Amino acid sequence: MARRTPKRGPLDYGKSPWLILFGFVTFIVLYAPIAQLIAFSFNDSKRNIVWRGFTTKYYAKAWNDASLVEAFTNSITIAVMCTVIATIIGTATALWLWRFRFPAKAAVEGIMALPIVIPEICMGVAVLVLYSRVGHWMRGFESGPIHWWNELFSIWPLNLGAITAAHIAFSFPFVAIVVRARLTGFNRELEEASKDLGASEWQTFRNVVLPFMMPGVVAGALLSFTLSLDDFVITFFTAGPETNTFPVKVYSLVRRGVSPDINAASTVLIVITLFATIIAMRMQAPSKTEG
Amino acid sequence: MTKPIISIRNVTKRYPGVVAVDDVSFDIMPNEFFALLGPSGCGKTTLLRMIAGLETSGTGDIIVDGQNMEGVPANTRPVNMVFQSYAVFPHMTVRDNVGYGLKVTGVAATDIAPRVEDALEMVQMSAMADRKPDQLSGGQRQRVALARALVKRPKVLLLDEPLSALDAKLREHMQLELARLQQVIGITFIIVTHDQDEALSMADRIAVMEKGGVRQIAGPEELYEKPHSRFVADFIGKINLIDATVSGVSKAGVTCVARGLGTVVVPHDGAASGSISLAVRPEKLTLSAEAPPSDSGISAKGVIRDVAYYGDVSNVFVTCDDGLELAVNVQNDRAAVGLLENGREVYASWHPSDTLILQE
Repeated sequence: MARRTPKRGPLDYGKSPWLILFGFVTFIVLYAPIAQLIAFSFNDSKRNIVWRGFTTKYYAKAWNDASLVEAFTNSITIAVMCTVIATIIGTATALWLWRFRFPAKAAVEGIMALPIVIPEICMGVAVLVLYSRVGHWMRGFESGPIHWWNELFSIWPLNLGAITAAHIAFSFPFVAIVVRARLTGFNRELEEASKDLGASEWQTFRNVVLPFMMPGVVAGALLSFTLSLDDFVITFFTAGPETNTFPVKVYSLVRRGVSPDINAASTVLIVITLFATIIAMRMQAPSKTEG
Repeated sequence: MTKPIISIRNVTKRYPGVVAVDDVSFDIMPNEFFALLGPSGCGKTTLLRMIAGLETSGTGDIIVDGQNMEGVPANTRPVNMVFQSYAVFPHMTVRDNVGYGLKVTGVAATDIAPRVEDALEMVQMSAMADRKPDQLSGGQRQRVALARALVKRPKVLLLDEPLSALDAKLREHMQLELARLQQVIGITFIIVTHDQDEALSMADRIAVMEKGGVRQIAGPEELYEKPHSRFVADFIGKINLIDATVSGVSKAGVTCVARGLGTVVVPHDGAASGSISLAVRPEKLTLSAEAPPSDSGISAKGVIRDVAYYGDVSNVFVTCDDGLELAVNVQNDRAAVGLLENGREVYASWHPSDTLILQE
């Protein structure tokens, strides 16, 4: 009897040894540098070349580097402010697009998603041009009645306003898209049932619509948090001498060689981002019940 | 005389390019189990949603218990609805779902708990009070939706195709249960359905709708035995429709020339003229191998074309003269043995008084 060799289907590529090997190599190439970065943050050497024993002193060194800590604090502050505002604007946008019909709705949806597809470098330049124009215009009032306005915006954290505004601009569409996608699965009969049972419009929103879209809102918020935290390009164009963020600071430091305290600070950033992402994915997991 | 609990007066609802509900008027009495029956797109659900206040901008008046519902929003109307998808809130437990309608209208928490327990008791869901909807079956979710509406003590309960998502066995069970519940609670139920069996078995009265209009309102028996139009006759159960032309009206009935039957006399107490349809239910017909005595009624000679066997009965299709097709329900008793064969020549006959005259 002839031995039957089951033919491999087109999507059974998980069984091909060559593809498994290829996948493994890809995995190594992607993650080895990160593993190395984290490992060498504990290396007792000034250079990231040879392993000379375990230490946590570079974490202490990073902690004691005032400018590094300041940049880090700025980054976190910007990320938090950006997250709060982008989440509110993004959610409101999603609700608006989901709920109402209006002329040129498709066009509005497309334009709203533009910041996602526009190359970051273009966004950066555009924001820089805008800010220098506004700055020029503001200086004209140096001695005028709104002089206090300029003063106010040089106080921390309001001096981060320019960067934050830019971050909000590119991250709120992500929130809107995530929340919108979630709302697509909403059963409108739930809303009608709530009203039929005596709830007002506002009660219905609070008790039925909001709980339903909450996973989307949280996922969108965490997404905008991580986007803001590690943004370099747009921030680079909008940061002033007083307003360094962590990625920009790291960039300026590595030009003089990568020292282990940068490894240490980067590791902290990775851990924060990782946690945010894990929570976001948990929240995004589709719920089993719909209506 | 009792006052109607719901009066529908000249209600019309237009969507762009289509009239969903077309000048409908009727009354529903207290404690009635009323069914809106019709094919999909006939406007029955739209009418139900208008009563609930979920569909606005129609014209005409909807009066619930003496109060005109014009301008009254859905959340303050004394009616509650069971939705087709059940619309059980997925993030709340069964208990919270049932209590929701009381909570949002500011009923004191101490009053909510016992009322919720009673409602859950009524639909036999007390044991599942702490479950989430995703741990319930379709039938159980529907019970929750029922309890959630009934706990509000509405004057009228509206049910939108409540059984369409259930399997055949469960549907039959829920039909009985809904009828029982309605008798226990003693409020008016209005059910929307496209399933004639459902309407016939549960409802006290049925409104048959077509293209936005009500074609006939009657009890199940009257609707089945005395349909007013071809549409109703055809929609409720199966019926043989035979084209005929009236040739005379006398005391004995209407004399007409019918396709494949020749001249027949049918008892009829109304007027009839021109071209009509003779309608007769398949179960009123009998088949025989020999020609029946000529004075026993209307009969037609034909050939058995097809036999569909259902165990207790068989549906037999007989092709007669002049292309007349008759469907006959035959009980599978001893008399039927040997008779039901394709190609066999038979006589189909029935009593003239079982014939309806449908003028259209």
